[in-house]
Amino acid sequence: MTTFLQAVVSGLALGTIYALLALGFVIIYRATDVVSFAQPALMVFGAYWAMYFATVIGWNFWVAVVIAAVLGAVMGAVIERLFLRPLVGRPVFSAVMVTIGLDIVLRVIVDDLLGINQRTMGDPFGLQTVNIGGITIPQSDLAAMLGAILVISALLVFYRTTKYGLAMRAAAFDQEAAMAQGIPVGRMFGLAWALAGSMAAIAGTFISMGNSSLSRSTWVFALRALPVIVLGGLDSIRGAIVGGLIIGVAERLVAAYQPGAAPWLGAGFELVVPYIVMLVVLLVKPYGLYGTAEVQRV
Amino acid sequence: MLDVRNLEVVYEDVILVLKGMSMHVPDGEIVALLGPNGAGKTTVLRALTGLLDVHRGEITRGEISFDGEVISGRQAHEIVAGGISQVMEGRRVFAELTVEENLRAGAYTGGGRADASDRVFDLFPVLAERRRATAGYLSGGEQQMLAIGRALMASPRLLLLDEPSLGLAPQLVEQIRELIVEINEQGTAVLLVEQNATMALSIASHGYVLETGKVVLDKSAEELLADQDMQEFYLGVHAGGAGHSFRDVKHYRRRKRWLS
Ligand SMILES: Nc1ncnc2c1ncn2[C@@H]1O[C@H](COP(=O)(O)OP(=O)(O)OP(=O)(O)O)[C@@H](O)[C@H]1O
Ligand SMILES: [Mg+2]
Repeated sequence: MTTFLQAVVSGLALGTIYALLALGFVIIYRATDVVSFAQPALMVFGAYWAMYFATVIGWNFWVAVVIAAVLGAVMGAVIERLFLRPLVGRPVFSAVMVTIGLDIVLRVIVDDLLGINQRTMGDPFGLQTVNIGGITIPQSDLAAMLGAILVISALLVFYRTTKYGLAMRAAAFDQEAAMAQGIPVGRMFGLAWALAGSMAAIAGTFISMGNSSLSRSTWVFALRALPVIVLGGLDSIRGAIVGGLIIGVAERLVAAYQPGAAPWLGAGFELVVPYIVMLVVLLVKPYGLYGTAEVQRV
Repeated sequence: MLDVRNLEVVYEDVILVLKGMSMHVPDGEIVALLGPNGAGKTTVLRALTGLLDVHRGEITRGEISFDGEVISGRQAHEIVAGGISQVMEGRRVFAELTVEENLRAGAYTGGGRADASDRVFDLFPVLAERRRATAGYLSGGEQQMLAIGRALMASPRLLLLDEPSLGLAPQLVEQIRELIVEINEQGTAVLLVEQNATMALSIASHGYVLETGKVVLDKSAEELLADQDMQEFYLGVHAGGAGHSFRDVKHYRRRKRWLS
């Protein structure tokens, strides 16, 4: 039982980070119809900023996280303005290709900045744990979970209540009708990229803290959010959150039980779990859990 | 107030749709823009509101000015902020948002008067009743009212309406007609695009008839209502027994082609 609960709790912590990453993809997709493959680079770059301000400059870790989030937003917005905006109206495929190119270029840069070592993030958690009702939870997991919940809630409030959130929803639903209301949709694209960049930065920081570290291979983690968005539905905010949690928990449960129950599947089998869950769900619901069957765009 | 001079619009760099059309909407009046399917009426409205880009269209010649200022080439949000709002063909309400959110979206530019939403709820009490309803669940008539209300949230001085009567039952058309008159009486000029020429000319002071991108008739509403061609082709009044002249037959064929 303890093993089970422990796996579930750590799965939820992992799942909230997946949700953060998946939301980045979904926000950009909803606004622009483009699946942005630049998210991995933005994630690593964001984590790099947090690490830089916390360990190299030596500021408080949470201050560094906020700076990373802001810089992530700026990077997202600038990238959108310089490289994606000129492609508005062209086939979506070209824009997707550009995001792949951007990802490669940005990762070359950040790899160079990082060097070949594993970098610790300068977070206060290390390997410390807390014990709640017999379950041992790494402090970093708990912090990541709470942090991600906070960020996601803020995003939902932003979408539901603010003028810009409303404008983004309107533009996502019908771009031309939004323009006819005087909503500058180009700026909404920029805003979407800024939000996605910021969330990628926070997610990158959270996965690299505690007993993990930041290195040149951290970016792969962002690709594991892809099954999450396919599972949840490309254009669904709720899908990204629920999908993230499902996949996080499934992954950790498999990690906890598979080595004993089915050792013949080999080590590291849990890393395939997101894809398996995705495939199974797609057989039943081709547009994901919450996806729109036909997303009408103009 | 609004002046369109020799407007030429091309889609996809090659499809010439407006071939030098001119029109004028005086301050505070209702002007009707009529014409068969495919004549280019919607294209005129897109050109006026900076929405050609989205359709790969472009103004290649001519000029649009509003209160003496050239607005052709401005972006959609600048034009809305400048006082021109459009109710698009097919209503295009944000179906996933609530009635209230749709109205807030219409107020995005912040240029609307403080009492804009009072005005909208006065004109359309049904929107006040259903303010928390999801727009997609409203009836067709209610959606048309929402679309008009949303456009009024920016307190435009010129309101462009693209076929507001389309697909509505006769008594709803009548209701929309009266609402347009009321909006106009409150000081908003209206450019009314319609297939329902009878309805449009019953409230407009002036009318233009557009055919294949050219203005073929430009007369006061009264004169248009009395015009022979108008009666035959747009008002459903048939000249009894005289038979069609060759010119009319040709005209008819042209119209059929536009329909396809
Ligand atoms: N995006 C586009 N690309 C190419 N051609 C277009 C485009 N939009 C419209 N057209 C063409 O331009 C012409 C005028 O279209 P428009 O929609 O302005 O006509 P309309 O008078 O509004 O017709 P309706 O009464 O059917 O609404 C039509 O022949 C149409 O096929
Ligand atoms: Mg039209």
